[in-house]
Amino acid sequence: MKTTNILIAGVGGQGILLASEVLSEVCLMAGLDVKKNEIHGMSQRGGSVVSHVRYGEKVYSSIIPEGEVDIIFSFELMETCRYLPLLRKNGRVVVNDWKIAPPSVALGKQSYPENLIATIAQQFPLTTVVDGLTLALETGNAKTVNSVLLGALSNILDFDHEMWLTALKKMVPEKLVDINLQAFAAGRGING
Amino acid sequence: MNKVLLSGNEAIARGTYEAGALVACAYPGTPSTEILENMTRYKEVNSSWAPNEKVALEVGIGACFGGARALVSMKHVGVNVAADPLFTLTYTGVRGGLVLVTADDPELHSSQNEQDNRNFAKFAKMPMFEPADSQDALDYTKLAFEVSEQFDTPVFLRSTTRISHSKSVVTLGARPDHIPTPSLERNPAKLVMLPGNARKRHYDVEERILKLEEWGCSQSFNRVEKGKGEVGVITAGVSYQYVKEVLPDADVLKLGMIYPLPKQLIRDFAAKYTTLYVVEELDPFIEEQVLAMGIAVIGKAKIPICGELTPGRLAKELFGTELPDESATLKLPQRPPNMCPGCPHRGVFMELNRAKAFVAGDIGCYTLGFMPPLSAMDTCVCMGASIGNATGISKVLSEEDQRKVVAVIGDSTFLHTGINGLMDMVYNNSTATVIILDNRITAMTGRQENPASGYTLDNNPAFRVDLEQLCRAVGVKHVRSIDPYNIALTRKTLREEMARPEVSVIITTRPCVLVPRDNLERRPSLYVDHDACTGCKACLRLGCPAIAWDETSQKSNIDKIICVGCKVCQQTCGFNAFKEIEA
Ligand SMILES: Cc1ncc(C[n+]2csc(CCOP(=O)(O)OP(=O)(O)O)c2C)c(N)n1
Repeated sequence: MKTTNILIAGVGGQGILLASEVLSEVCLMAGLDVKKNEIHGMSQRGGSVVSHVRYGEKVYSSIIPEGEVDIIFSFELMETCRYLPLLRKNGRVVVNDWKIAPPSVALGKQSYPENLIATIAQQFPLTTVVDGLTLALETGNAKTVNSVLLGALSNILDFDHEMWLTALKKMVPEKLVDINLQAFAAGRGING
Repeated sequence: MNKVLLSGNEAIARGTYEAGALVACAYPGTPSTEILENMTRYKEVNSSWAPNEKVALEVGIGACFGGARALVSMKHVGVNVAADPLFTLTYTGVRGGLVLVTADDPELHSSQNEQDNRNFAKFAKMPMFEPADSQDALDYTKLAFEVSEQFDTPVFLRSTTRISHSKSVVTLGARPDHIPTPSLERNPAKLVMLPGNARKRHYDVEERILKLEEWGCSQSFNRVEKGKGEVGVITAGVSYQYVKEVLPDADVLKLGMIYPLPKQLIRDFAAKYTTLYVVEELDPFIEEQVLAMGIAVIGKAKIPICGELTPGRLAKELFGTELPDESATLKLPQRPPNMCPGCPHRGVFMELNRAKAFVAGDIGCYTLGFMPPLSAMDTCVCMGASIGNATGISKVLSEEDQRKVVAVIGDSTFLHTGINGLMDMVYNNSTATVIILDNRITAMTGRQENPASGYTLDNNPAFRVDLEQLCRAVGVKHVRSIDPYNIALTRKTLREEMARPEVSVIITTRPCVLVPRDNLERRPSLYVDHDACTGCKACLRLGCPAIAWDETSQKSNIDKIICVGCKVCQQTCGFNAFKEIEA
């Protein structure tokens, strides 16, 4: 069995670490070897954040070899583009349709790049765009975006639906479990 | 079997528990911090934050002298601070086992330098283990405690960022049923390191390292993994994983104990190959020792000293495999870290910039005051350095320039090693101004308690050091506490104290916005009234992530979801455009 490599990208504070925890937990439940890796510290203060998740029969490096990313799972548009060179040919992208202005843009010194979705989809036809916030707001809590996105990701991975639900229940704070399950279902409901 | 996913740091905490340790002590520092944070799960172990790494190690040593197993952890530069007790601890040896974790940071993800602490093992003459994943991290922690007692020596466990912060599958074990009861035991020849005693102990230190070297040759943590027999690789730690990715057919000597090296094992291994690599990050630590044995190896001739390895980088250095072209992404706007919305440090740095102060900086969230648009930090060396640096530079400046010198330092950093500098300032008549940015927490490393936060590691209330009184006690006559959300007061106080030809301390007293217990008061978010906003951009000088320039309207906007209502921006606006959203 070939190792699967998923790179999760976004901005500090978006809940990337929780999403990668849930995904890794699902891999463990499936009886696979799994490694995940991310950088804490400076990057959490609103900077770029990236998490690597790798699973298969036997995984060595926790960093995905450059150019061997199978799926970029991204919470923010521009951050997706930062990692496109690491994606393999015919790789897939699951991207949240959401822009967060970096400081230079907020200060009016640079503009946020345009037409990013088109650029991504042109290079990688297997791209799924998710309107995470709209779906999350339907559950009544904007903070469930990461569960919506996980739902969308679950469509293209080979894990039992039940495992996702069990992992979510385990990793999410108890009083938020119901709305996160709802958010996950909303994300899973969209067509890849 | 009990399989779980643990980070390297969680595994070290678990290993400490399974080893039957009774004490764990540390000062936070990325990437080591989560070790002690995770110790709080294990109530059997007395775990605490110390004010700095030297104290943390001294506490650990005390516990070990009492007969208990003790874990002490720190980031790589922390070992510099703890080096003094460490270099004599190797002479005394231990009673209960003592394990010192050094978490190194190749690539400087969150550090001020990239020092390779394997050199400390050789320098202090102390064995060092290096795990390659979380299972190793757990196993080697337990092993290190045993080796510590068996050979009467403190033992290093070296991690790196990619080990500490990677999760992998771990099988859990249990804590021993019987743990020896600590007691008082006098043993001056071993524990009182006066020259007469220490001179004798030095012989023991040298003998012990030789014994460990020989012992290490027959232990399973130093093991050969057979490949196709054509190429040999000596490696350890995270580099082992990259070797397995990039050279899947090589024969690999994986070292678990990287000091002292198992020389005979290395000789026997090396004899089989015409092509032999040493793959290691940072310094040629293993390579130089192997070369000194008269064995030809390829190491730093191909693999760089600076930065961390990755599978791609290793393949590039060994075989010239191209890395993906990332030039297109370099044109994307960068996304550096920033102070949070409502961070109490922000207004202070705007005012330091306005006052054209020369800011002797220090390490903490406030180091982000270096970033534009605040751009108000001129030096940053190590924790506690700001105050001494300000004293030193003042000594050599004209009176006029002396007035511009301001040291800034956080509460945790001030208690770590800043207070000594302040004593010196008063003692030797400096004139600089010191600002203690007291946000009542150690924020940079993820909000750990400290002696001025009022709580302990396990969240019990504790005496809160009175910083104002502490400054007065060392002789500072002018100590003023201010609310940094009050910009006019901040500006006025700064101007007055900078002009004063004497030491003065300004303490800013707003807590970190991310600490819930200190932010119970509800503050409504603000919005920009576009009828009042003239588009002058004065508010943008704050660099607050909640404020963004809107190209279309040519006015500022506030993101109400992240605004915490500190109202500092309101005070930068000459047109009354910042208004509260009614609840
Ligand atoms: C010797 C050493 N130990 C630990 C660290 C990690 N570290 C960086 S800043 C910091 C403390 C920051 O706390 P504080 O001074 O209160 O400032 P804040 O981040 O709260 O603004 C720590 C522990 C370090 N850089 N050097």
